[in-house]
Amino acid sequence: MSEDLAVDRRGFLKSAAATGAAALVGGAAAPVAAQQAAASGPATAPIAAREVDPPREVDALTTDRPGGDFMVDVLKTLDFEYIASNPGSSFRGIHESIINYGNNRMPEFITCCHEESSVAMAHGYYKAEGKPMAALCHGTVGLQHAAMAIYNAYCDRVPVYILAGNSLDATMRRPGVEWAHSVQDAAAMVRDYIKWDDLPVSLPHFAESAVRAYKIAMTPPMMPVLVVIDGGLQEDPISPEVKARLRIPRLTLTSPPQGDAGAVAEAARLLVAAENPVIVADRLARTPAGMTRLIELAETLQAPVIDQGGRMNFPSRHPLNHSEGGRQLIANADVILGLELTDFWGTVDAFRDSLVRTSRPLTKPGTKLISITAADLYTRGNYQDFQRYPEVDLAMAADAEATLPALIEACKRLIDASRRSAFTERGKRLANTHHAMAERTRNDAAFAWNASPISTARVAAELWAQIKTEDWALVSESGNMSDWPQRLWMFDKPYQHLGGSGGAGVGYGAPAAVGAALANKKRGRLSITIQGDGDFMYAPGVWWTAAHHQIPLLAVMHNNRAYHQEVMHLQRMANRHTRGITRAHIGTTIDNPNIDYAKIAQGMGVHAQGPITDPKDLGPAIKRAIDVVKRGEPSLIDVVTQPR
Amino acid sequence: MKTRVILGVFVVFWGLSIAVSVSGQGGTAVPAQKPPAAPKGNAENGGKIFTSYGCYQCHGYEAQGGAAGPRLGPRPIAFATLSRYVRAPTGQMPPYTAKVVSDAEMADIYAFLQARPEPPDVENIPLLR
Repeated sequence: MSEDLAVDRRGFLKSAAATGAAALVGGAAAPVAAQQAAASGPATAPIAAREVDPPREVDALTTDRPGGDFMVDVLKTLDFEYIASNPGSSFRGIHESIINYGNNRMPEFITCCHEESSVAMAHGYYKAEGKPMAALCHGTVGLQHAAMAIYNAYCDRVPVYILAGNSLDATMRRPGVEWAHSVQDAAAMVRDYIKWDDLPVSLPHFAESAVRAYKIAMTPPMMPVLVVIDGGLQEDPISPEVKARLRIPRLTLTSPPQGDAGAVAEAARLLVAAENPVIVADRLARTPAGMTRLIELAETLQAPVIDQGGRMNFPSRHPLNHSEGGRQLIANADVILGLELTDFWGTVDAFRDSLVRTSRPLTKPGTKLISITAADLYTRGNYQDFQRYPEVDLAMAADAEATLPALIEACKRLIDASRRSAFTERGKRLANTHHAMAERTRNDAAFAWNASPISTARVAAELWAQIKTEDWALVSESGNMSDWPQRLWMFDKPYQHLGGSGGAGVGYGAPAAVGAALANKKRGRLSITIQGDGDFMYAPGVWWTAAHHQIPLLAVMHNNRAYHQEVMHLQRMANRHTRGITRAHIGTTIDNPNIDYAKIAQGMGVHAQGPITDPKDLGPAIKRAIDVVKRGEPSLIDVVTQPR
Repeated sequence: MKTRVILGVFVVFWGLSIAVSVSGQGGTAVPAQKPPAAPKGNAENGGKIFTSYGCYQCHGYEAQGGAAGPRLGPRPIAFATLSRYVRAPTGQMPPYTAKVVSDAEMADIYAFLQARPEPPDVENIPLLR
């Protein structure tokens, strides 16, 4: 760095103002000077007046060490592979530092067409990669756009790392847009659904806050974090005084909290003694170890597992996977273990959405409920994603995946010959039931096999036929397709299912899939997404991002030409009011005209086919698409399907 | 209500008949009674209103079922049982009272369900083997 050119912008303007004020003789300048002197107090420099031109000898035009460069130094220590962003002037400084000083590597700048896409890409990326991705946006309009995606990540307990640009010093803002894009407290708008935020006022402060934010984000329960980066800090040259203080703190990740030893022992006692234990897992698998540990627990107890699908918790064809027959299991259970459940109450109670809303417990009287969830360590008040209060018998405020090893060992110590024999018998019964359910599922899939619109079972089966020999990953939800992928495919690897949006904010699907596919790209995995038509239309520009950054992703559309959940909601209302039962399509369907999604995707450089309405055309279309994806590009197939 | 009482009596009688016949007690065994036949309906019209009245939303266009609603056809449950449930569901299904779906339309829908084609044999579907 050239020391001679390391001129602090505020510093030279300060000296210039003092010179300018001293040049005036009495008159108007005197009250100003007096106010400044009075305001400054003892032993402090006078506040600079900005409305003067700097002297020519300090009219610096360039610097080769802006603050943004140091910010990139910090980001590199946090090992970000990518930073997703729709470009904006409030962070032009760090943007330039990323692409030039940082050589656009670690992180690489991913160009998005909407901030919702940036954050949702980071959401999907984390779930595939296991480490955070950064997103960069305006502190005002950018965060406003990103808000829903941030909320989804918050509800889904995913650590998205957000940097937001702002211009705090009012006297430094360019007239016009920079004022509309500036805010006193940028994080205020999203503070209810992020875990931590800060507004560093110096580069050393930024270094500490950036590292601290990462640590906090990655401590269970994980959630998004936000660091606001002032434009002046990004763009101003690093002064010698600041340079002398620059250092990057070492990141130390926390060990996730484990359950209390006494509670673990009690849980083991209940589970081993139970005749009909049930294990329910939702966001359990925080790392690949989560699935391995749950398999060990289930096999130790020969207990059925209901996988609620918040993460890839349990292999789909394991004989102890009883996700399909879950409700009956809950009704017969004497002990239920919930592992990172979003909604324990909803798991053990039935709620009727009728004119008069009622609920009833699904469990028998006396059933023991055990909860292990990090969510009990951190519950916010405003947004109500925490669901109804569950009346459990044993509640461990702990990370379930981290607690499982101790629970498994505690169970093993209690199992004697008698229990082992009982478990063996139970395991045989459960295996038989599992196989019977699988057979029933196959038979169910055959109904409407040749129908048009195409059955969702047919779509899933056609896909499976062509991906099952590949290293594949489903990077989307499939509940709207009646979970046919989960019911027909063999999920047995930790990365093959990522769960859902968390907050059910529509528009998550496309960008999250692109983000996950970005993570999978380097491993040569075949990423597959079931793309809803309504979801597609929220911010379709992410498909351009996929084409531009050559992100291989196979998208098969679940095109039921509607916001179908809302069609059903409206139908419920019409029926309840005994009127207009043929009008639920008004305001809910996406037809007339039918959108040509293939054409939209092609317009953004994505290989695309469709609309496909004949199930016989599906197989060949999937093959063509896979060939494209294997070349390293995205491909989309528009399939007109049954509603669910 | 009157229909329910009569049906209830019928069911009790039917159940008793079964009990007598399997126990071997008493006099001559009474054969099990079949539920009454469904009223004749128009399957084509039934298909149209199955869509326009929104039934397809949960049960699929072919009544094949899905996450939101069970399979209804082919081989639907007894007409009386189905009709009773549709009018006054006890689960999550929204009600279709007689005000919005007439008995004749109910019969048409039932005819549509009965007319759904049987699925191909799973053993003949390579993708499902």
